[in-house]
Amino acid sequence: MELSLFDKRSDYEWEIPRQGAMRVPAVIYASESLVRDMDRKVYEQAVNVAALPGIVKASYAMPDAHWGYGFPIGGVAAFDPEDGGVVSAGGVGFDISCGVRCLHTGLRREDIVKVQQPLAHELSRAIPAGLGSTGEIRLGDKEMDAMLAGGAAWAVQRGWGEEADLERIEEHGQMQHAKPGNVSAQAKKRQRDEMGTLGSGNHYLEIQEVTSVFDAKIAATYGLALGDIVVMIHCGSRGLGHQIGTEYLKRMAVSAAQHGIHLPDRELACAPINSDVGQEYLGAMRAAINCALANRQILTHLLREVFRRMLPQARLPLLYDVSHNTCKVEEHRTDGGKRKLYVHRKGATRAFGPGHPDVPAAFREAGQPVLIGGSMGTGSYVLAGTKESEALAFSSACHGAGRAMSRHQALKTWQGRKVVDDLAARGILIKSPSMRGVAEEAPEAYKDVSAVVDAAHAAGLARKVARVEPLVCIKG
Amino acid sequence: MTQVKAGWEHYEHGADIGVRGVGASKTEAFEQAALALTAVIADPAAVQQRERVALACEAPDDELLLAEWLNALVYEMATRRMLFSRFAVRLEGTRLTAEAWGEAVDAARHHPAVEVKGATYTTLRVAQEGDGWLAQTVVDV
Repeated sequence: MELSLFDKRSDYEWEIPRQGAMRVPAVIYASESLVRDMDRKVYEQAVNVAALPGIVKASYAMPDAHWGYGFPIGGVAAFDPEDGGVVSAGGVGFDISCGVRCLHTGLRREDIVKVQQPLAHELSRAIPAGLGSTGEIRLGDKEMDAMLAGGAAWAVQRGWGEEADLERIEEHGQMQHAKPGNVSAQAKKRQRDEMGTLGSGNHYLEIQEVTSVFDAKIAATYGLALGDIVVMIHCGSRGLGHQIGTEYLKRMAVSAAQHGIHLPDRELACAPINSDVGQEYLGAMRAAINCALANRQILTHLLREVFRRMLPQARLPLLYDVSHNTCKVEEHRTDGGKRKLYVHRKGATRAFGPGHPDVPAAFREAGQPVLIGGSMGTGSYVLAGTKESEALAFSSACHGAGRAMSRHQALKTWQGRKVVDDLAARGILIKSPSMRGVAEEAPEAYKDVSAVVDAAHAAGLARKVARVEPLVCIKG
Repeated sequence: MTQVKAGWEHYEHGADIGVRGVGASKTEAFEQAALALTAVIADPAAVQQRERVALACEAPDDELLLAEWLNALVYEMATRRMLFSRFAVRLEGTRLTAEAWGEAVDAARHHPAVEVKGATYTTLRVAQEGDGWLAQTVVDV
């Protein structure tokens, strides 16, 4: 994008002043070169979101922002229900509560290298991945509802994990006010065979090595040291979340006019928070958050089983679990004092700073761990929430690298087999049921995650703590 | 007058992918858009027509109906674990009924690249263009 579109507030803050139908300004946090490379659609979408009823302060875009549907991916917007504020299915996305969790292993690089091949093989057998894959768990109607109300806490009660896991998950592993009754029979049917599955696309499970530490004190608090092995899991609420997103997108598009909402584009479909559709969506969306938390918990269990067999000396406690497609009720300081706001993060990670009561006690001084997934075969990052992030973007940071090239173009550019061979030559084992999927997810099809993370750090959205690089990647 | 040749294509969207069907009629454009949807996942030519599935959906206008149609297929693919390679659509006002022919997903033969989460309203368009019809939208993968 041309920089002339913006008022430059600092090297990492670019403002689109209020104009036309905008109720608030829009702000993009990114370096000059990231802004230049961004799609013009990010500008249009950030401006459109700024025109929605009840939006507070500004419509924000994170350094990894790219063209989404309605909201930009990498978009953050907060709405006040007392001011006609809205909730938007597109502002959360189809993959509700897609997120990243990171586990310690207590192992070092040399422990993994010795068993890298068989470990990759066993993980690819144990973790259902790719289109059409099913999990071992079949949920009846009653158990489905218990899962949708209980999230990871439900999974732990059923034996898939440990009580200690829960305090390291947002919402203590259980999103409150979920309404399984608001989830359609179709959405539940779509989930019936999909508990404990990874999915496809950019979802993965990776064994990674800590290769850089940027903040030794916070890294020590998080239990990370150079050469440590961790595991990251990136996935979401599977078919159930996708179906809820689909159904409510239509309901909100159809009912917008009845609520007096003018949509510049139907993809911005939304409903007043204080409306029947809005409330029903919130109940269903929270149930989908629980589905995602339960799913990542079950995958964690499958992962631990493999490690128990192959590397019995390993212990895999949870470092943290964060979601990056959500709408959550949070208290934030604004010009009008403290207010309860409905904060949408579409491809953006919550990043509470030091002292926030919702950060686990062990991390309260350091700030919330912010987990940033890279593309297959490149680095990922652990960051920490900052105090200033609240004033900047309602305590939010980026979520990943963001695509630089379409799937279509990637498929024309790379061959899956060659991508796998090239990464193997660099010591990174990729296991995937689909070579076409690997080509579409080639590392070079993504933006440089380091540039995105550096911008988030420099803008003050979150602080860099450690970089990790993959040794094994199980790809959906 | 030469009849518009039925066909489909994909078009670029940063993170996701656009599906576009064209045809001599709206019905044909909807059928071709469905083929484009299958092609996001696998080569339609590799999908045999062993089983027939009946579908129906409804929406207040043509564009929302296209999204509903594609979403109905996403749902059938997900719950039946099938892929489809032939479609027969009937349109009556705001209602669509259809039959889709396909088979169970076979990872070894179909090499499925990615699952489609749903049809978005991004670049959603159903319109008469010249002598034919166009039906398109972006699908989230």
